[in-house]
Amino acid sequence: MTNSMSEIENNDVIFVIGSNTTETHPIVWLKMKKALNKGAKLIVADPRRINLAKFAHVWLQQKSGTDVALLNAIMHVLFKEGLIDRVFILVRTEGFEEFKKSLEEYTPEYAEKITGVPKEKIIKAALLYGKAQRAGIYYTMGITQHSHGTENVYAIANLSLMTGNLGIESTGVNPLRGQNNVQGSSDMACLPNLYPGYQRVDIPAIREKFENAWDVKLSDKIGLTAPEMIDAALEGKLKAMYIMGENPALSDPDINHTIKALKKLDFLVVQDIFLTETAELADVVIPATCFAEKDGTFTNTERRVQRVRKAVEPPGEAKEDSWIITELSKRLGYDMKYSSIEEVFQEIGKVWQAVVGITYHRIEKQGIQWPCPTLDHPGTPYLFKGGFPRGKAQFIMLKYRPSAELPDENYPFILSTGRQLFQYHTGSMTRRVDAINTVSPEPYIEINPQDANRLGIADEQKIKVSSRRGEIEIKAWISERPDKGVVFIPFHFKEAAANMLTNIALDPFCKIPELKVCAVRIEKLKVKS
Amino acid sequence: MINLTIDGKKITVLDSTSVLDAARQNDISIPTLCHHPKLTPFGGCRLCIVEVKGIPRPVTSCTTPVSEGMEVTTTSPYLEDLRKTVLELILSDHPNDCMVCEKAGDCTLQELAYFYGINPPIPPLEKGGRGGIFAGERRVYTKRDGNPFIERAMEKCILCGRCVKVCDEVMGVGAIDFTYRGFKSKICPPYERDLDCVFCGQCVAVCPTGALTGKMWTLKGRQKEIKEVDTICPYCGVGCSITLHVRRNEVIRVSSKDDTINEGWLCVKGRFGYNFINHRDRLTRPLIRIAPKNTKEAQKIRSSEDKTISNSQPLNFSTSHVFREASWDEALDYIAEKLKTIKEKHGPDAIAGLSSARCTNEENYIFQKFMRASIGTNNIDHCARF
Repeated sequence: MTNSMSEIENNDVIFVIGSNTTETHPIVWLKMKKALNKGAKLIVADPRRINLAKFAHVWLQQKSGTDVALLNAIMHVLFKEGLIDRVFILVRTEGFEEFKKSLEEYTPEYAEKITGVPKEKIIKAALLYGKAQRAGIYYTMGITQHSHGTENVYAIANLSLMTGNLGIESTGVNPLRGQNNVQGSSDMACLPNLYPGYQRVDIPAIREKFENAWDVKLSDKIGLTAPEMIDAALEGKLKAMYIMGENPALSDPDINHTIKALKKLDFLVVQDIFLTETAELADVVIPATCFAEKDGTFTNTERRVQRVRKAVEPPGEAKEDSWIITELSKRLGYDMKYSSIEEVFQEIGKVWQAVVGITYHRIEKQGIQWPCPTLDHPGTPYLFKGGFPRGKAQFIMLKYRPSAELPDENYPFILSTGRQLFQYHTGSMTRRVDAINTVSPEPYIEINPQDANRLGIADEQKIKVSSRRGEIEIKAWISERPDKGVVFIPFHFKEAAANMLTNIALDPFCKIPELKVCAVRIEKLKVKS
Repeated sequence: MINLTIDGKKITVLDSTSVLDAARQNDISIPTLCHHPKLTPFGGCRLCIVEVKGIPRPVTSCTTPVSEGMEVTTTSPYLEDLRKTVLELILSDHPNDCMVCEKAGDCTLQELAYFYGINPPIPPLEKGGRGGIFAGERRVYTKRDGNPFIERAMEKCILCGRCVKVCDEVMGVGAIDFTYRGFKSKICPPYERDLDCVFCGQCVAVCPTGALTGKMWTLKGRQKEIKEVDTICPYCGVGCSITLHVRRNEVIRVSSKDDTINEGWLCVKGRFGYNFINHRDRLTRPLIRIAPKNTKEAQKIRSSEDKTISNSQPLNFSTSHVFREASWDEALDYIAEKLKTIKEKHGPDAIAGLSSARCTNEENYIFQKFMRASIGTNNIDHCARF
């Protein structure tokens, strides 16, 4: 997030696109509710009639994967109506002249054809957002998990730049992070092209800095992203994988493809707290500790580094991940000597300026938001106050590109996948909580009543859903939530894994898979004779 | 700004502050049951009554705004007597089963009864029994809610309405409300059905009595021998502060403090999703594969596992003919040996690591450093894309 959660309540317009906030980030929703109680207006853009739509002043039901067209049309209206921040554009951005030309063709009429959203609604949303003093945009994987995910994010950035909604309190471009420490894992550079603190591995000066800090020669070759690792394993180029606390055998798109790849590896180590679907394929399984059994820090969606504390002893001989990795490293001839976990955190500060000012002592009571470069720095609730890292922000011209796999005669439905309120990710934790399983016991597919009617499907009837990659049997939940022609399956349930069906198409820039759009067919089950 | 006097103390507060808030901001205590600082005032419990010069009868301080020159008295024998009577009336149909109540020791009603020296109505335990100063009819609720999260012992409900307000004002859910009138008043879901909501448990967190508690807390321990540890929720990226209540190395309850970034509010997973910690399926020793990959046997295990799945017991299956347990030394030596061999034969880029958004910053830092410095590859990624 460029801004903070506590700033949400002072938004006068909240624009939520591609986020089922009440279910996936309930506490962020409470902040939004506070703003609504104070009179803020809510714009929701989502292909499903999610709960949030009930509270929306405008709900835009765009067809899945058409966000660029929708956002371009909103910007088209803003420009036509003069609801742009000319001073901000002049002083803090570049490329607006060419950019505004690129918006010309995205009239609300044109966008209506692509997105299915009536032009009046597009105009209404644009006017609401454009007239706001402090408008914040909030999104999640509904924006990013597309083969044009990066472009979707650029479109959001363009919109906030054009209206000067950046670098000011209670505005911003705010992706809501889905996992407790996904911000931290990125900051710590569990990424193939970066060192900790987003420093590029292919710049020699930076590499030298890390070589000195770690006292070792480092590779100058950019590594493989997770989806590329799977492909490399299938091709036989990748021989071994070490997987710590992840379950790609259920969370990857097209899991048949992933399982085949993992099986092909010469050697697979999985370190986890449960025997996950991925661990079942491993050569060695290593028992690790869960959050309640260790000390350290998590970084939340607003860049706040917060203390995690050990409350209980781990079961059996399970060990902390840090112990396991340092022991292994020692055996491979590289000894990482840390006398405490806090010492690791201090080392991070030595290689990344933005956390130098954060110490365990300072975050004893409440976490601090990076950048925090000095010990007396209070942290940074919102970014870009004084300017952008690259100087002037660049508008990026975008053209709507359809999703990689669109419905056709054989596979006439669009399948979207995602989370629901009660379960979490591949369910290795939540599906072991009895109470949660009572209210969320099994997988289901959300299908529009008109579609169900046409196919003769009854509520709770088991049906077959297939794509070009696989098929599953799953219970139908007839619901007004999805639009006609769209179905939704939560991806938590391995017994009818949504990712048997999903498409492996990747965004060319950041390699995110298109988990939000693929084509499927729905059939009634044949009665067994 | 408004100037007023409370108990002879001259104070200045912002316009439209309530008398109750004005007093509390100045460390003057007034007892309340229905008031909650994050909810709109209700004036239901009548404990916060104060005397205001010029007004003939006591007023509820939570619903009375301050005004210029106001002279307020928060305590006097007359007021304390009224408060005691209010408490006695509330307790006249209370089960008074504090001995076995989940909330004992953390109950506002119990605490006030203690400070006001209320004699418990006698006989105390029998449902429907008469006794005490205001002996009378007792409300009897035999119905128990079927939901798996929230225990609703409605005979302990004092109708303060905090649960109704938090559900509506904070959550925007509105799953419960007052029904019926007078003595028959109660709080319940529509048509007195079982609770069917988002189960965030905010109502449980604000309930001042034992009327609402967590079902999974039952008989796990109350206040004695509990260690409280402040940490961060392991689920979504909001990073709510949570407090783990630990008894004998077991997390028995999760709560959250008011002065946190999440303001004390949690969702169903954060509040009730902790039982995986002590789950019997936890891995406890390193395992080394004994069954070859891609054999019929491995397939058989998969299919037998599939059978358990359809019986909706998803995550249990016998592993003994696939893996054998190993010591840490054996497992780590084995991994190191294999990785060394592969690195020598195929180069470091034939090895890749996936790290975890579930792990701490420190662990992620160590893991990527391990891949880069120890293995010698940048083949390192995590699940940010999924």
